[in-house]
Amino acid sequence: MKELKVDPIKNGTVIDHIPAGRVQRVLAILKPRATDVVMMGMNFSSKAMKKKDIIKIEGRELTQNEVNSIALVAPAAKVSIIRDFKVAQKSRVEIPKRIEGLVSCPNPKCITNAEPMTTIFNLEDSSSRDLACQYCERVFTADEMTHI
Amino acid sequence: MKHLISMRDLSADKTLQLLKLAESLEKDPSQIDLSRRVMAAMFYEASTRTRMSFESAMKRLGGEVIGMVGTSGTSVEKGETLADTAKIMARYSDIIVMRHPMEGAARYVSEQVDVPVVNAGDGANQHPTQSLLDLYTILKSQGTLKGLKLALVGDLKYGRTVHSLAYALAPFNPTFYFVSPKSLRMPAHILSDLTQKGVSYKEKTTVENIIPEIDIMYVTRIQRERFPDREEYEKVKNAYIITANLLRKAKDNMKVLHPLPRVNEITTDVDSTKYAYYFDQAENGVYMRQAILATLLGEAK
Repeated sequence: MKELKVDPIKNGTVIDHIPAGRVQRVLAILKPRATDVVMMGMNFSSKAMKKKDIIKIEGRELTQNEVNSIALVAPAAKVSIIRDFKVAQKSRVEIPKRIEGLVSCPNPKCITNAEPMTTIFNLEDSSSRDLACQYCERVFTADEMTHI
Repeated sequence: MKHLISMRDLSADKTLQLLKLAESLEKDPSQIDLSRRVMAAMFYEASTRTRMSFESAMKRLGGEVIGMVGTSGTSVEKGETLADTAKIMARYSDIIVMRHPMEGAARYVSEQVDVPVVNAGDGANQHPTQSLLDLYTILKSQGTLKGLKLALVGDLKYGRTVHSLAYALAPFNPTFYFVSPKSLRMPAHILSDLTQKGVSYKEKTTVENIIPEIDIMYVTRIQRERFPDREEYEKVKNAYIITANLLRKAKDNMKVLHPLPRVNEITTDVDSTKYAYYFDQAENGVYMRQAILATLLGEAK
């Protein structure tokens, strides 16, 4: 018994290799519509990660932008677009070089926490997952960020 | 250069240009005419030296100054956003100079208005005009920025001034002594940045032994307002007091700098020694700020 603890989907998106315990955070970012059919699996065993979470969304294909928005909480996630029960497209998430309006600045003294404005973070370099706030100039690791 | 927000935005070339212009304005301020230009000072926090030296700089070049200090009696008290206040100030003036307690405030304002914005301090983040006047002061007192030995003394953890100064000098092959109590050491990320840039430094907890070696001693106040814990402040507040006696073995060219205000960290008997340079440093702020205003207003030749 290796797979299929949740039903396969006909059309939609499968997000695999979410770190165990983070599936709810990923869902909070993706904000499924009230009518979306969503299956969520937690603590599946995984060779690479020991334990992992998984999400299947029926009837909705995520765009690359939507996919990348989960990169901060699930950097190793693999995303498959399913059409007629077959994998039509596979991709990995990538932290965008510039992240606008997605996460809040952890620095309480940052102006972005005081004014009605959009946060902007820039990826320090592509090898790290450190993000620099465009405003207060402080650098944070991806794990310190809170999604808006 | 449209705005001056952070030392990070400033190239070494641009820095040298500003230093050169400050030097030339000190000799001959009549080369720049800022008459009929208006500088708006938006100071959301108290500041004497920075604000007054900006005002002096603007007025001595023939310009005018409007502005506010603190938010009492302004529309900020009525709940106006920073962006709205800045947009109005931009309609009244040709350049905005602002200080704000929140980090990143000046960058945000620079994105909202069409006039140049100068950051005169945004919380614990940046204070680029102080960094530039410090560079100018070091250059003027030593004749060069290259290969100097500098001791940065006092609060190196919360001291925004010493952080920017370390970065600003990094391209000029300095040797730093970072002298502080253990609880106020230079932050690890700055030390690792400096190592990466090939800058050599040593951390010290006392200042006596290095005095004969150094060219510059940059003393900072241990600021009560930066301490969350009163007890911690009481423990370290008198850690480094520089006296004339302590400077006996200093080199002839050694100068003591301080961003001011000082409280008791440099005793007044130092003032009459040849090492005291902090009042000259304050005066240099006027020339440096003249250079910045002239450059951002497009009047620098």
